[in-house]
Amino acid sequence: MDLAFTKEEIAFREEVREFFKNNVPPETRRKLQEGRHLSKDEMVTWWRILNKKGWGVTHWPKEYGGTGWTTVQHYIFNEELQSYPAPQPLAFGVSMVGPVIYTFGNEKQKKEYLPRIANVDDWWCQGFSEPGSGSDLASLKTTAERKGDKWIINGQKTWTTLAQHADMIFCLCRTDKNAKKQMGISFIVFSMKSKGVTVRPIQTIDGGHEVNEVFFDDVEVPYENLIGEENKGWDYAKFLLGNERTGIARVGVSKERLRRIRALASKVESGGRPVIEDPAFREKLTACEIELKALELTQLRVVADEGKHGKGKPNPASSVLKIKGSEIQQTTTELLMEIIGPFAAPYDEHGDAGSNESMDWTAQIAPSYFNNRKVSIYGGSNEIQRNIISKAVLGL
Amino acid sequence: MDFDLSEEQRLLKESVDGLLADAYDFDARKKYMKEKGGWSKALWGKLAEQGLLGLPFAETDGGFGAGAVETMIVMEALGKALVVEPYLATVVVAGGFLRHGGSAEQKAKYIPGIIDGSKTFGFAQLEKNSRYDLFDVVTTAKKKGDGWVIDGEKFVVLNGENADTLVVTARTKGGQRDKAGIGVFLVPADAKGVTRKGYPTQDGLHAADITFTNVEVGADAAIGDPENGLPLIERVADEARIALCAEAVGAMDESLKETVEYIKTRKQFGVAIGSFQSLQHRAADMFVALEQARSMSMFATMASDFADAKERSSAVAAAKVQVGKSLKFVGQQSIQLHGGIGMTMEAKIGHYFKRLTMIENTLGDTDYHLRRVSEGGGLLA
Repeated sequence: MDLAFTKEEIAFREEVREFFKNNVPPETRRKLQEGRHLSKDEMVTWWRILNKKGWGVTHWPKEYGGTGWTTVQHYIFNEELQSYPAPQPLAFGVSMVGPVIYTFGNEKQKKEYLPRIANVDDWWCQGFSEPGSGSDLASLKTTAERKGDKWIINGQKTWTTLAQHADMIFCLCRTDKNAKKQMGISFIVFSMKSKGVTVRPIQTIDGGHEVNEVFFDDVEVPYENLIGEENKGWDYAKFLLGNERTGIARVGVSKERLRRIRALASKVESGGRPVIEDPAFREKLTACEIELKALELTQLRVVADEGKHGKGKPNPASSVLKIKGSEIQQTTTELLMEIIGPFAAPYDEHGDAGSNESMDWTAQIAPSYFNNRKVSIYGGSNEIQRNIISKAVLGL
Repeated sequence: MDFDLSEEQRLLKESVDGLLADAYDFDARKKYMKEKGGWSKALWGKLAEQGLLGLPFAETDGGFGAGAVETMIVMEALGKALVVEPYLATVVVAGGFLRHGGSAEQKAKYIPGIIDGSKTFGFAQLEKNSRYDLFDVVTTAKKKGDGWVIDGEKFVVLNGENADTLVVTARTKGGQRDKAGIGVFLVPADAKGVTRKGYPTQDGLHAADITFTNVEVGADAAIGDPENGLPLIERVADEARIALCAEAVGAMDESLKETVEYIKTRKQFGVAIGSFQSLQHRAADMFVALEQARSMSMFATMASDFADAKERSSAVAAAKVQVGKSLKFVGQQSIQLHGGIGMTMEAKIGHYFKRLTMIENTLGDTDYHLRRVSEGGGLLA
């Protein structure tokens, strides 16, 4: 047992840090530090820089553009990316649909989609949740009916993140109404520009526009856009969600935020002294740092385990990462709220797009606090994670 | 980075788990606790036979030269079995003082007795007003000729009643809370002027309050620098805290197992109570708490070899905070999920709860260590 990084791993970390220092656009970094939203252009520009370096789809198999890194290298890369901070690769393409396509798709699909995902030539969004299907995803009602060499798709998806930017969607659709609910679902991909697709924004409590409702009204999709086998979509969805959970601890993000909290708390005064000198505040901050250190090590244990036993099955211990990771992220936004106190109140209506630079760093703190309530809800709510632990780990 | 145990470490784990599975079920423990002194000499002999008492000592001193990971493995196993024998006081603490501060003569005089199981120790550190501050020492050691005269009172000395030798912290210079001027002394428990008042502790161990009145010891009683012993005391205390974290992880692990087993079999309303989601989620939260504690126990174990004492202390304090929080939650909820039976002396689960609770209050509780990390500038700094 040796929890220190090897010399090679430390050298790798230096290489990654150096690359971020020289290549992440400073404005992009600043916006992330302040919890602002990035424009589509800013994100795509950065992802193409990463892809040019060969780091766009690091964890994919080498033949599709992956790096062949060890699990520890992947860990270091993600940790450094999050804590620099720089935008993480677009999960919907790189972490979700990409692996489904190279694992279950045919050669034509691999050729057609994978390079475009890597270079974000297509922006992908995820068509899973529906108004009546949240945690109970398998109850979804959107249908795809076969008609000759086409699918006819009807229904509604919701919570579709950044669909306003999307070129493509991967969608779970019911293709067999008579089968048991998990058995009649297929995984179909299609263009968001198709006739009959309507995107309606949902404004969230922070005032932002990240998520959308997406309506399908007799959308015609070529039959060949089916990924894998008909009615096997639930298996692919489970595979995809398992991949999602391992990255969800977001240790680097919380680390960066804790550093920012310490810096801000040294500047902002309360009761005639910097907030950081208030023992009650400082102990809350320290307690959060300790929780995060524990989580970081728990994550490394899961990572090391995957490195040994292969990725195949998602490790149920990754539910611990989701629960603790989201709680810690939420705590960091609470600490930021405590630092600014009454100055949390002013609301910048235009702040979300990042277009209004007139308000200083305080503008995004309350919105970020409100917005972060989502992290214990999405990706399988924390209650669902507890179900997973109690069943898959404890055997209850 | 590597979380795996080596082949030798795996064998060690199997052998200590195996020994305790055979010799240390709940009924055996009750029997051992009734023996003279409150623990089993025969079991102690078995630990010696398997080499567990000699693990951390250098091969040149007759030991096995094992490291912090091996101690973690043993302490976790002792925690699982709720072992009452004085491993912490003797091997970890007294052994630690001898290994890190002992002269060649002291090592030769004391270590063989630890390894063969013939001698046990107690760490006389806590004073009436010192609470968790290791540097808060009123007990004095005054120079007399070549040797020393020790005067003072020490409390809750684990294994103090049975120990052959006491490791005593005493002030050689300065005021009550000065960091300089503290020495560490080896005092035979039967020395003239040593009075021991023994008693059982809440968690089934034994301790003693000890008075030292004009206790004369030789020059060779002092371990390390008698005027600047605090760094040594802090190092050994950190090793003891690391060991306690591992012991707590073992006890929590077993508490959770017992609790899950119980709610799978206990039926109410015609079904196993473990089928109720409120109980399932509580158990899931206990698992989360346990895994977070296990991670920090490993972190602290690795930190024991940090060259920088401040970094080491901060890591160990952070681990004690996480373990303290986790053990409180796992301990309390184990009782809650057991319901009434968890309140009884006859059920094992309550004994885990009591041991876990006492671990929190040994060598600094959660708040104490949180303050230490906080005042030291946090953990990310």
